[in-house]
Amino acid sequence: MKNQKGRGRFIAICLTPAIVLFFIFMVIPTINVFRMSLYKWGGYSANKQFVGLDNFVTLFGDAKFCQSFQNTLLLIVVVTLITIGFALLFAAILTREKLHGQNFFRVVFYIPNILSVVIISAIFSAIYDPNRGMLNSILMLFNPENKVLWLGDQKIVIFSLAAAMIWQAIGYYMVMYMASMSAVDSSLYECADLEGASRLTQFFSITIPLIWTNIRTTLTFFVISSINLSFLFVKAMTSGGPDGSTEVFLSYMYKQAYTNSSYGYGMAIGVVVFLFSFALSAIINLATKREPLEI
Amino acid sequence: METKKTTGGERLYKAFIYVCLSILAITIIVPVAWVFMASVKENSEFMGNPWALPAGFHWQNFTDAWVKARMGEYFFNSVVVTALALVILLVVALPAAYVLARYRFRGSKLWNIMFMGGLFINVNYIVVPIFLMFVEGDKVARSVLGHSFFLNNIVVVALVYAATALPFTIYLLSGYFATLPMAYEEAAYVDGASYFTTMIRIIMPMAKPSIITVILFNFLSFWNEYIIAMTLLTDPNGGKTLPVGLMNLMKAQNAAAQYGQLYAGLVMVMLPTLILYICVQKKLTQGMTLGGLKG
Repeated sequence: MKNQKGRGRFIAICLTPAIVLFFIFMVIPTINVFRMSLYKWGGYSANKQFVGLDNFVTLFGDAKFCQSFQNTLLLIVVVTLITIGFALLFAAILTREKLHGQNFFRVVFYIPNILSVVIISAIFSAIYDPNRGMLNSILMLFNPENKVLWLGDQKIVIFSLAAAMIWQAIGYYMVMYMASMSAVDSSLYECADLEGASRLTQFFSITIPLIWTNIRTTLTFFVISSINLSFLFVKAMTSGGPDGSTEVFLSYMYKQAYTNSSYGYGMAIGVVVFLFSFALSAIINLATKREPLEI
Repeated sequence: METKKTTGGERLYKAFIYVCLSILAITIIVPVAWVFMASVKENSEFMGNPWALPAGFHWQNFTDAWVKARMGEYFFNSVVVTALALVILLVVALPAAYVLARYRFRGSKLWNIMFMGGLFINVNYIVVPIFLMFVEGDKVARSVLGHSFFLNNIVVVALVYAATALPFTIYLLSGYFATLPMAYEEAAYVDGASYFTTMIRIIMPMAKPSIITVILFNFLSFWNEYIIAMTLLTDPNGGKTLPVGLMNLMKAQNAAAQYGQLYAGLVMVMLPTLILYICVQKKLTQGMTLGGLKG
């Protein structure tokens, strides 16, 4: 066996660069989010004032923050349910049925996932454009008077945003579920067929229970990434408008930190986002816990 | 055994599935194809019906975008940032993932947990502290070097990209390294190979499929990223990456009504990822199940 010293040195050389980068660009900034949330700080100026939890007290009385909280929750619930639901359904169809052009559909459905959010936002802005948009030009065929302001109407805009998010996510999750569904033993389905179980029964009593672990993991990560993706879409498509009706957690944080230069306050929002996402993933994990099925 | 007869209901169900899948495919293909079509339209054509085919190929849009909107320069920046970030990432992450997956040493468990925890830290949560860290750094740099160094520097952006991609990349790679049998190393050591030679000559070539997966995923995320680039490249007239430049063009689009340029710019961002996707789509959709998650 090699000498201990050489082994230790090899490990150190391999690991040090990664640890250094990880600390400088991830660990320290994360700690700073928590530390800075306790200060009143304009950022560029040197005078930082320790205010304890004052930022948080202000935060919970801030109507705009409450609105961004609601918007985030709404987006998470709507986008998650629809995306995962449809992804499961389409994945089941594509794995179970013998269809022509299966591969073609798989390739096409994955395309939105490789596009930048900026591009998707530009595409959807073109679709939603009230005067020259694709969507309105179709709707006007049926109802020429009714011009829908997809991104201008405060009641509609959040759902327009949700549609764009679903459009970009659905293929990714579908391909993911297809992979785990194709691992399910096909003799189970043959058995069920002989017993006369319908496709729907097979879907709910065979497919879903058997890929449950996979659904659990994707659910947790989907929710976390929705917090993040909603920010990307809002930033590129609506900038939180009109009048704050699409403001989400991170876009509000970004706005407070940059436009307002209230870094301390912005970071207090950051802390809430951190805690919220941890709490949410813990809740999802507990709520979806089932005895693992083994066959 | 009797084959199942195709009844009328069965056929209707099949048809229904085809219709559903086709509708979904169309909602994905049409908007993307529309961008390509719009990129060769003349500006006046955007006033009319959005579904009208272009009157001719107005390639001027691309020249305008490339030169006037500085997309050419941004394109070059994006290529440099993406390539540099990938190189840094691989050089740092490969040895770290190898050591973390295959060696037991004091603290090995701790580091594994640390990097796993890093999966939960989203870049967008910590972009503000990173920005402020560079503001501070630039104060020092100006007094020492006489000019700022950290902000508006695409090399620094590449470094941040690489660092923040570390947890996911290490997770993916070490998952693969852990599956290799120990016999490879033992044989190499018996033959007198050093630790470094073993890693570079024996292990790395075997890890090629996972390395390709890592490159693919990170290429897409670096090429499409814009929040960090937007935050760290602050100079309004300075260098930008392609998505950031595109977003500025989008925001300015309404005032200047340069639709043609905008869609030409979109094509420039989209085309490399689409070409790459078409070449490697098998690998990509298989590879994603390796990691099973995405930030």
